[in-house]
This record gives sequence, structure tokens and C-alpha cells, in this order.
Amino acid sequence: MDVIVCVKHVPETAEAEIKIDSTGKAIEKAGLVFDINEWDDYALEEAVRIKEKYGGTVTAITVGSGDADSTLRKCLARGADNAIRLTDTKFQGSDSYAIAKILQSTIKGLSFDLILTGALAGDDGCTMVGPILAELLGIPHATMVKKIEFGDGVAKVNRELEGGLEERIEVKMPAVFAIQTGINEPRYVSIMGIRKAMKKEIKLLGLADIGLSESEVGETGSWIKIEKLFVPPVEKQAEFIKGSPEEVTTKIAEILKSRGLI
Amino acid sequence: MPEILVLAEHRQGQMRDITFEMLTKGKELAEKTNTGLTAVLLGKNGKEDAKVLSEFAKKVLLVEDAKLENFNSEAYQKVLSNLIKEHKPLLTMIGHTSFGVDLAPSLAAALKLPLATDCIDLEFESEKLVVTRQMYGGKVNVKATVRKSEGYIVTVRQAAFAAQKPAMNGDIVEVSSPLSQEPVEKRFIEYVLPPPGGVDITAADVLVGIGRGIKDESNMPVVEELAKAVGGVLACSRPIVDKGWLSTDRQVGSSGKTVKPKLYIALGISGAFQHVLGMKNSDLIIAVNKDPNAPIFNFSDYAVVEDLFKIAPVLKDKIQELKG
Repeated sequence: MDVIVCVKHVPETAEAEIKIDSTGKAIEKAGLVFDINEWDDYALEEAVRIKEKYGGTVTAITVGSGDADSTLRKCLARGADNAIRLTDTKFQGSDSYAIAKILQSTIKGLSFDLILTGALAGDDGCTMVGPILAELLGIPHATMVKKIEFGDGVAKVNRELEGGLEERIEVKMPAVFAIQTGINEPRYVSIMGIRKAMKKEIKLLGLADIGLSESEVGETGSWIKIEKLFVPPVEKQAEFIKGSPEEVTTKIAEILKSRGLI
Repeated sequence: MPEILVLAEHRQGQMRDITFEMLTKGKELAEKTNTGLTAVLLGKNGKEDAKVLSEFAKKVLLVEDAKLENFNSEAYQKVLSNLIKEHKPLLTMIGHTSFGVDLAPSLAAALKLPLATDCIDLEFESEKLVVTRQMYGGKVNVKATVRKSEGYIVTVRQAAFAAQKPAMNGDIVEVSSPLSQEPVEKRFIEYVLPPPGGVDITAADVLVGIGRGIKDESNMPVVEELAKAVGGVLACSRPIVDKGWLSTDRQVGSSGKTVKPKLYIALGISGAFQHVLGMKNSDLIIAVNKDPNAPIFNFSDYAVVEDLFKIAPVLKDKIQELKG
């Protein structure tokens, strides 16, 4: 089974302190560690597991600048056979819709049985690329996928719903599945794998190679334009307890005692 | 008269809260833009639900079809596309739920209507749609404009708007289903219930919630001991379940449990909305996080900016001392 996995190179922000930059339209990237988007990491692992079980190839694709090569190298080290980076100054300002168009123009010329993406990206949280890519390719999709089983020309997938429930559906193949975290346990990459991956080729393609017009990509080809970033308003003003761990914990213990919680 | 369409979301015969939250926001937008608010209900037997919805909208479009009993993004897209093409609404609102995210993007791409997802606020400024959404797991809010269009589609975050009481008496319009056959690409099979867990975190008075800040499974005893000292139960955010360090029944948030304990101690949880949704109504929330701007602090009573490993063991000792 030939699997294409679409990945994004994003800053790790879950535990980092984020600052809005001087343009007011982006965050300060200096000091942040970039890596494969967490959801894509699970999609990549799933793609590699499918290859290991059924044979075939894994092709990793990203849209981004040279920095994103480290994410593609990670894919190659994990077991991807091919890597493609779509890059062009004209792509700048592309939202999820434009990215999906860029991916579709590339993927339509490739042979594949399945496409995997992350269910969302940790930076913009748009949840759009997978299902739009599927629509543009004219194939079905399923999002929030937590389990995949293959049948004859179909796949049975579990989709995560709210409140701990899942739904099981059958989807005709080929299809695009947007993967939810927790579907598998992504493996660590061996030093050998990383060394081998450094030697593999990353194919670069630009606007002219994929046959899209300039107006279809970048800001003009996008639906959404960021106007400004701002700090989320406070819903409940927390009291900050300051001091040494000794002082802080004494205060917390007092609060708990005064409320009859201990 | 131009319209604002709100897609009613239901599951296993129950109308979902997001439906009424969207109808509330939709009513406000309809008044401001001088449009009519229309609820759209797709289902098998929808007459009762349509009656309920009619108290929240000027009009209810009801499409009844056995093929619409369970959500199916293929069937929904087909029916909703037809309605949008016919009614040409200014705005179509869909929940940013597992159903909504499976439907809205492909629907928008097919209709070539711009889509903004996971909106926590939206308004029209001189006919342009301006949305507020979040980035970086809720650490930053963003105001964005949507490309000018005849019509827009948005998905709306759960609990972003408080549902109002019913105040309308709308007309119910039955529309015949355009589905001549069962969906060919996707077929609903069944709902899968989570495996029953050993612990019911919704019944606990005290919860110690842990998140990514716990870093490694070998650190679990530190928080387990604190939970024991405070007479509480361990709960967690999604990454902990993804890593397999706690079972699914411990997960708090939109894809897990909603809890309302007397005390919720959040350790190393940044506070993405999916988690906050499940715990923000706890009586007392104390959060510990290294990041001074962690969103969790915006929902907490007490905040400590510190490494959880410097706090948890000492707090355990302090509590044990007080208990004597």
C-alpha cells in the first residue's frame, strides 16, 4: 500500500512562553524549538506501520522553507521512503485552504492508496487540510481517526467523538484520513536511522512545478487573513501565589484547610 | 430576505448543546445584519426536535430521511449543499465538533465558500466577516478577516457562547430529502463506547489533574502521592492518555469527562480549551505551571508559576503535616 503523509513543521509551544512579535501578526519564533506537528507525528507512525504490515511505500510531503527539512528528515528516519518539500516565495501567506490546493496539485500526479494527515496543526488549529485535500482530489475522508482496519476496497475507521464516545464507519478507498493523537505510540528514531536519512534526497518543487497559478496560492489564494494577535482575555482573575516552594505550599495548604478541604 | 443558517447537531437522539449556543449567537448576528435566522435539522424523525428549535429561530428547515438518522458527512454535505445553493445564506454556522470538522471543510471547498474554523467570536464589519479564533493551544487569540464572499461558512467552538432561553416562534418548513440512495463513500456502522474504567473521576471531590508538564512516566509517583495526601483522585489532560500513562477514564475535557469537583489542582496543564471545557466549573481551581502566560491561569482561582516538581512533593508534606 502506497501511503502519502502530509506533515507540518511547527514550533513546540505547549510548554513554552509565547510572545507576540512587533508586527502583531505573528509570534516571536526565536528560542522556540520546531518539530513535526504532534498530530502529524501520529499520522507518520501510522503510515509506517501500514507499510510494515502490507508493504508499499511512504511518501512524506510538506509545504515550507528549508527549516522544514528537519521534519522531513525525521520522517525519512522513521521509515518514509520519499520526501517532498513544496517551497516557493509565492506560497507565503497561504492559509489551510491554499496549502490544501498546493498539496492536491502535487499529489494528483502521484500514485497512492491512502493519504494521512494530522487531524489538526498545533499552531493554527484549523482542522481543514485533510478534508479539503480529499474534496479537491474527489475522494472520501474521515477526520479524528483513532483506529484503521483495511477490508476489500474499504477501510473501517473509528472516529473520536465528544465525551469519550467513538463512531465506527466504513470508508471507500482511496481516502484521506486525518489522524487524532493516541492512535498509536510513535517510535523513537535510532541513530542509524537518522544517519541513513541524512543521505536520502528531499525533492523540492515550486509553484511552476505543480501547475497552480500565483493567484491560487499565498494570501490571494487564501480564505483567512490574520489581522492581529492578542493575549486571550482573562475569564477569572487568578490570584498569583508568589514566593519559595516552601512559602507557596504553606499558603496553598492554608487555603485548603480554611475551605475544609483537608 | 437573506438568512443565517445554523446546522442543528444531534447524536443518538439528543440535541447537542452547541446547537443552542450557535442559535444564540446566530440570533444576535441576524439582528445586526438584518437577516433571518434559520435552523437546519437533518434527521430521521425530526418533528419533535424541530418544534424545540422553532423556539430559537425564525424558521426551521426540516429534512427527514431514514438515511440521515446518524451523522454521515457525505449525506450531510449533499443535503446541506443543496440548501445552501437554494437559500444562498450570508452565513452557515456549524459546530466545531467531531461531526462539524468532518463536514465543514469539504462542504466549503465543494461550494467554494470561504470557511473559518473553531471561531470563538464573529462579527460583520462593513459586510466583511471578522472572526476571533485561537492559536498555539489557546495561548494566543487572533482576529482574522475572511475573504469577501456572497456567503460564508464557520465552525463555532463549543461553549464559546452561552445559550439563551427560547424566545421565538419560528415556522417549520419541511423540505424533501435529495438523497435518492444510501451514501456510497461512507457508511455508519456503530457507536463504540469507551471501555468501562475502574475510576469515576466525575464522582470525586478532589482531583489532581496532570498534563504534559509531568514529562516522564517515571515521575508519576510524585503526583500519585500528592493525590493520596489530599484525598483525591488523579485525572489528566489528553497527552497523558495518548502516552498511555493513565487510562481514558481519567481524561478531563471535551473528548473525555466533564468534572466539577470541590478542588481541582492542575499540575503542568497548559490549559488548551479542550481540557478547560471539562473542568472550568470546578469549585476551586489551583494551577501550577512554569509558563506565566499559561491559559490555565485564566480559569483558575489560584496560580503558581513554578515547576510542578518543586511544588508537588512539598505540598504533599505540608498537607500531611496539617492532617497530623
